[in-house]
Amino acid sequence: MNKGVAITGMGIISAIGNTVEENYISLLNNKTAISIIENILTIHSDVIKVGEIKKTNKELSDLLQLPDDNNFSRTAMLGVFAAKQAIHNAGITSINEYKTGLISATSVGGMDVTERYYYDYLNNEETVKYISCHDGGDVAHKIANELGLKGMVTTISTACSSAANAIMLGARLINLGKLDRVVVGGTDALAKFTINGFKTLMILSDGYNMPFDNDRKGLNLGEAAAFLVLESDEIVNRENKKVLARVSGFGNANDAFHQTASSENGDGAFLAMQKAFQVANLKPEQIDYINVHGTATPNNDLSEGRALARIFGEENMPEFSSTKPFTGHTLAAAAAIEAVYSVLAIQNNVVFPNLNFKTKMEEFNLSPQTTLKNKNIDHVLSNSFGFGGNCSTLIFSKNK
Amino acid sequence: MRKTYINGVGCVSAQNTFDTFFLENAELNHSKTVLPLIIPVYKDFISPVAIRRMAKGVKNGIVASSLAMKESNTTTFDAIITGTGMGCIDDSDKFLKAILDNNEEFLTPTSFIQSTHNTVGAQIALGLQCKSYNFTYVNGSVSFESALLDAKLKIDENQASSILIGGIDEINDYTVSLFKLAGFIKEEIESPNDLLNSTTTGVIYSEGATFFVLDDKKQDSTYAEILDVEINNYLEIEEVEEKIVSFLKSNGLKCDDIDAIILGYNGDVETDSYYKLLSKNTFKSIPQVYYKHLSGEYYTASAFGLWVASKIMKSQEIPEILKVNSIERKEFKTMLLYNQYKGIDHSFTLISRC
Repeated sequence: MNKGVAITGMGIISAIGNTVEENYISLLNNKTAISIIENILTIHSDVIKVGEIKKTNKELSDLLQLPDDNNFSRTAMLGVFAAKQAIHNAGITSINEYKTGLISATSVGGMDVTERYYYDYLNNEETVKYISCHDGGDVAHKIANELGLKGMVTTISTACSSAANAIMLGARLINLGKLDRVVVGGTDALAKFTINGFKTLMILSDGYNMPFDNDRKGLNLGEAAAFLVLESDEIVNRENKKVLARVSGFGNANDAFHQTASSENGDGAFLAMQKAFQVANLKPEQIDYINVHGTATPNNDLSEGRALARIFGEENMPEFSSTKPFTGHTLAAAAAIEAVYSVLAIQNNVVFPNLNFKTKMEEFNLSPQTTLKNKNIDHVLSNSFGFGGNCSTLIFSKNK
Repeated sequence: MRKTYINGVGCVSAQNTFDTFFLENAELNHSKTVLPLIIPVYKDFISPVAIRRMAKGVKNGIVASSLAMKESNTTTFDAIITGTGMGCIDDSDKFLKAILDNNEEFLTPTSFIQSTHNTVGAQIALGLQCKSYNFTYVNGSVSFESALLDAKLKIDENQASSILIGGIDEINDYTVSLFKLAGFIKEEIESPNDLLNSTTTGVIYSEGATFFVLDDKKQDSTYAEILDVEINNYLEIEEVEEKIVSFLKSNGLKCDDIDAIILGYNGDVETDSYYKLLSKNTFKSIPQVYYKHLSGEYYTASAFGLWVASKIMKSQEIPEILKVNSIERKEFKTMLLYNQYKGIDHSFTLISRC
């Protein structure tokens, strides 16, 4: 197998916890956080449930010790929060000591401030400072500035697969020797914009999302940020660093079927997984756990399930689960928080449960793991798919 | 290392850049601070049904990419990679306005569906039935260079031979009014209208779509070779020269080896000083080129800059309208592009004649 790129630090904030440890404890204890929305005023608050981080913007800004006149979007604050943890976890004290980059990911960037002040801009001078916060790059710049990072900074936005692609690019940059160290991940805050967008597409559940269940009714949106630190083996060896796990495989493909729907046979997903196996030089039977995209929309789970069956065979599926019943679907951040969960699965030899599952889908014979299961885990495959047919697969492996 | 060639280009901009060779019809606009696009005949490229449905940026992206594909005679790609600073801002605004104006009721999904940043890359892939690698970068004025860098990595990794890349941005009236309010766009054209000697802050703005077909093999249509790309989030004015020197050095070159430098002057008196320092010192004795007086500024205007550089390389001539200084060169072998916006998102792109 391909040795892969070392992961030396992780940071996360999601509805189920403000640290890696808190997220892990919630995953172990079936502690989900799908709840009624509190921080956004929306007419849908009675009919939808979300994976919301129960901290107000003021609380986040205080935690980050931002000046009172700051112009941080919630997306940027969540990103800074998670990225700082990751840097700390990796034991980095001098960020520019090595050639370091930041690859961030977001779906709608600073939309949370844009939608709040959209009409106020014209008559309230105090809000004008937020006009520059809309684009995705603003989020990455704020994270880089807060980390004191000077170097290559960019952002990927391919909807719900964004963070997987950020991790992929980061791993490639290390492999090619372009960077010595790279902070990779994604951040997305809940926004009226995405709530209403998914609502009009009629893929929001009015209850709790039930991935891979025959009676699934759609997804719960969530918000989160997670970042990982990837470092070259040269740094790892020189500094005798602890390696949490490795990014050993990655693949991206386009379904080329529809702007928002996945093809029935999951061609894009199939190709992404196939490429990831090629890069990792692993075979499907070597995968011990699959963290599926599993959004619990009728379309995703059918398409992803078909693609999984094509790769693994219905009879030979390793344990798989979607962790979205815990966190909700956190869009561009989803692949980053699921990367953290994949690493936790490897570190602790545990498969996290797919909550809310009752009935097998009639289209195929696939049942997710519904209870916590301890087993040796060497390799985890994680899928993330997004609008525009974007399909990404990452493979994480134990450091040996 | 495998080589990366530009084998086809296509551009929709504030100038006529789609049915001319170079900028022979270019005109300086003396009245507007947001330069209007020269709109191509969409129906020559897109079906009437799709024309009605698609936002301007998507249409321009499809036209520009079609032109690049036609020039290079390629329609199969191992990767499609786009960059956009603001994304599909028009559909995004449409959906947001509908939410705000109708208190989240009576919404339809169309504009939400089209508002995703990767819509252009996705629509092109859908049209070509291209199932390969498909990335979209959204990081201010390095959005396009991120795509270019990724494409070059793909070829270096031996993961691709033929790649379609592009930079796309669109603008709408409301965003213009916000950008004026925030001081990003100039209130009015200065008199005299001389972008290089501007005395006010803010820029002349516009929009556009510029695509390139990159390939590891040279052919008759080849414009230039991409030698290297580097991006930096933040640099002090005094740091730029040093960064350029080390960038060139890592490519076995010195400042003297550069035959022309393409600079991103945009008329913002504060941040044009990044370019002025280079114009007056390090690169004072080589031909200097500027282009944003013609294209306007937008997050992916630097893709228009690479289009200009490609055309200069092919024609071996710099049109008068692009010249910062009067220094001449007999041959243009190696050219450097430098761009930044608001003092952040700096990019260096190095190309050579082949």
